[in-house]
Amino acid sequence: MSSSETRPRPKKKGTKKKVVAAPGTPEVKAADEPGSNMPGAPRHLLGIAELSRSDIHEILDTAVAFKEVMRRSIKKVPTLRGKMVINLFFEPSTRTRTSFEIAGKLLSADVINFSASASALSKGETLLDTARNLRAMHPDILVVRSASAGVPWMLARNLDCAILNAGDGAHEHPSQALLDVLTLRERWGTLEGKTVAIVGDISGSRVVGSNIRCLSKLGARVRLCGPPTMIPWGIEELGALSVHHRLEEAIEGVDAVMMLRIQKERAAEPTYPSDREYSRLYGLSPRNVDLTKKDALILHPGPMNRGVEIDPAVADGPRSVILDQVENGVAVRMALLYLSARPIGAALEPPVAAA
Amino acid sequence: MPRRTVIRGARIIDPSQGLDEKRCLVVEGGQIAGMPKRPPRGGTQLEIDGRGLWLVPGLVDLHTHLREPGQEYKETVETGAKAAVAGGFTTIVAMPNTDPPNDGRAVTELIIERAEEAGMARVLPAGAITKGLAGKDLSEMGDLRDAGCVVFTDDGRPVMNAGLMRRALEYARGLGVPVMTHSEDLDLAKGGVMNEGAAATRLGLRGVPASAEEVMVNRDIRLLKDTGGRLHVAHVSTAGAVGAVRDARRRGLQVTCEVTPHHFTLTDVACEQFDTSTKMMPPLRSEADRAALLDGMRDGTVQAIATDHAPHSSIEKDVEFDRAANGIVGLETALSLTLKIVLEGELGLSKAVELLTSGPAGVLGLDSGTLATGSKADFVLIDPEASWTVVPERFLSKGRNTPFRGWTLPGKVVGTWISGRRVYRGRL
Repeated sequence: MSSSETRPRPKKKGTKKKVVAAPGTPEVKAADEPGSNMPGAPRHLLGIAELSRSDIHEILDTAVAFKEVMRRSIKKVPTLRGKMVINLFFEPSTRTRTSFEIAGKLLSADVINFSASASALSKGETLLDTARNLRAMHPDILVVRSASAGVPWMLARNLDCAILNAGDGAHEHPSQALLDVLTLRERWGTLEGKTVAIVGDISGSRVVGSNIRCLSKLGARVRLCGPPTMIPWGIEELGALSVHHRLEEAIEGVDAVMMLRIQKERAAEPTYPSDREYSRLYGLSPRNVDLTKKDALILHPGPMNRGVEIDPAVADGPRSVILDQVENGVAVRMALLYLSARPIGAALEPPVAAA
Repeated sequence: MPRRTVIRGARIIDPSQGLDEKRCLVVEGGQIAGMPKRPPRGGTQLEIDGRGLWLVPGLVDLHTHLREPGQEYKETVETGAKAAVAGGFTTIVAMPNTDPPNDGRAVTELIIERAEEAGMARVLPAGAITKGLAGKDLSEMGDLRDAGCVVFTDDGRPVMNAGLMRRALEYARGLGVPVMTHSEDLDLAKGGVMNEGAAATRLGLRGVPASAEEVMVNRDIRLLKDTGGRLHVAHVSTAGAVGAVRDARRRGLQVTCEVTPHHFTLTDVACEQFDTSTKMMPPLRSEADRAALLDGMRDGTVQAIATDHAPHSSIEKDVEFDRAANGIVGLETALSLTLKIVLEGELGLSKAVELLTSGPAGVLGLDSGTLATGSKADFVLIDPEASWTVVPERFLSKGRNTPFRGWTLPGKVVGTWISGRRVYRGRL
């Protein structure tokens, strides 16, 4: 996979005005980066860290074009007919898996759900064995979710299909960050100069890793907030951000607040005394939500712990865009599948050709 | 007249005698008979041309995992001892975390017997501090010593119970045997898979703080102050741990420590590709830690370079990073990695050889690691000009788990001798 070669963007083809470059093909790549693309190599989406600002916008633009398909009465375009997408989920996840499955089906891909136990090791196999088995099935795209950081990278080194990271450990969850910024961009037009507070279990969250990178690349400033036990060492290096331990200080005057789910299952040791105390110090409630700008948006990647990190009145209130996030999730995943299925240099039918 | 072998024309580096010059090495009856400037006249059965080569005492490794009994699919005493001589090591200490562990005479004797059958590197067993490495009851240390164990350790695990550790240090002092510690506070390290720091945060991996090591090093040094005896700190990896050992030695405590080639070569940035052969305990640390290890190696705080040779198979390593087993192989790369930092000017040659020979021998009071007249003729011929590329599939060890795959390294072992018998012939 390693190559220092860079290649020009795929030439614009097709009848639509908007044709986009592949995600995962920044102009310059480190030589040994697994996501680097040689001519003819599969186009992965492993992490936001590997995308440029224009890559991100191009994915979002494609998603906008696809959003219309979801709202039709006949929800199908033939774009990915004959393409095989395997959803490889080593960790249970109803939402993300369903979202990818719907996205694939709307594009006429054959979507196979492959729910593996937490690790292949429990059956005496290694992850590499699993990768080799999958390679023999010749999928075009592998959507992978794992409780272990790095699994999409390991698969990318050993498979020749495109890999889409649907969340790896506490590392990255790029499609979540893309749907989040799509939701914000729809409302604001641009993220440039905006401030977004991300509150909660920063160290236990894959969403944060991708969101800090994505928001920073689009020109937004990030404020992270949580007890010091939930802030990992060196997080400042991930993007343009500041760290806060008081919720009121973190959300004052911000344009949006992203509340994170408390990841009880991921912490090796408890990082806070009780849900009650956490909710008192870090819960978003009607009492403190007014510290934000008055039209600030409220996001949550779901599933919510109602009454812990977010008060139901806020979650269901007028500023909440939580359900927009879900809808945009399908659109973003359609865009990712579309962009990854196309070999570099070749054009598929334009996104909405069947319209 | 015993059989005489002469190696002539080689640059002989023997820090135990402060020697670094061109001499002839004369071997008779498996012992060093002398190092004259000119070869002796007559009576020589075998003469080896050592011109352009370096000759050093056989290397001593205080820290290997040979996996036998119990995990022979990873390594055996035989394959480990063969890998050792290929890497220039003539004496290696075998850690007790086998299955069953080496916590009794039967296992110690098995290891010694297997090593004799192999006829390669000398294998000195390390006995367990606690029965079953369980950290609850002391093993029969006296019987282990009499069976041949040269050091006590629960390596792979710390003795978390401070009271028990104190008893172990006291008891071992009575036996005249040092205690070697794997310094890791299990509560602080819990869930961690790499060094805590910016790299771990970028990778979304849970970190092991430096404090997990330093808390334990400081605890054991404090215990040693009361108990007396000898403490050897295995695989020191942090600046704080090196500093604690330095202070303790200044205060006159009998504390020694070792550093691994991977810790003085790599930092946690090497984990960026989620390559499981960069995963070990203690983990690869920061650049500041790496620099502190080198300082300690230069100023005498560190006595030994030790490999922590830890072979694993694909079942343990071709898996998710956070589920992969800890450890890498090291016997066949340690010498070249050491020569690499010598070439890069980070360590003097004589000091480097000392840390691989008389240094570690001194930690355990062994009569190895020297070319003094009358000692066992254990030595290595090295071609300092040759370089080689690490191809793990060519290792004599069964383990392929190395982060140095594909690296080109300086220095090749041309030959290894034990008691005057050539046990390894290098491919040139």
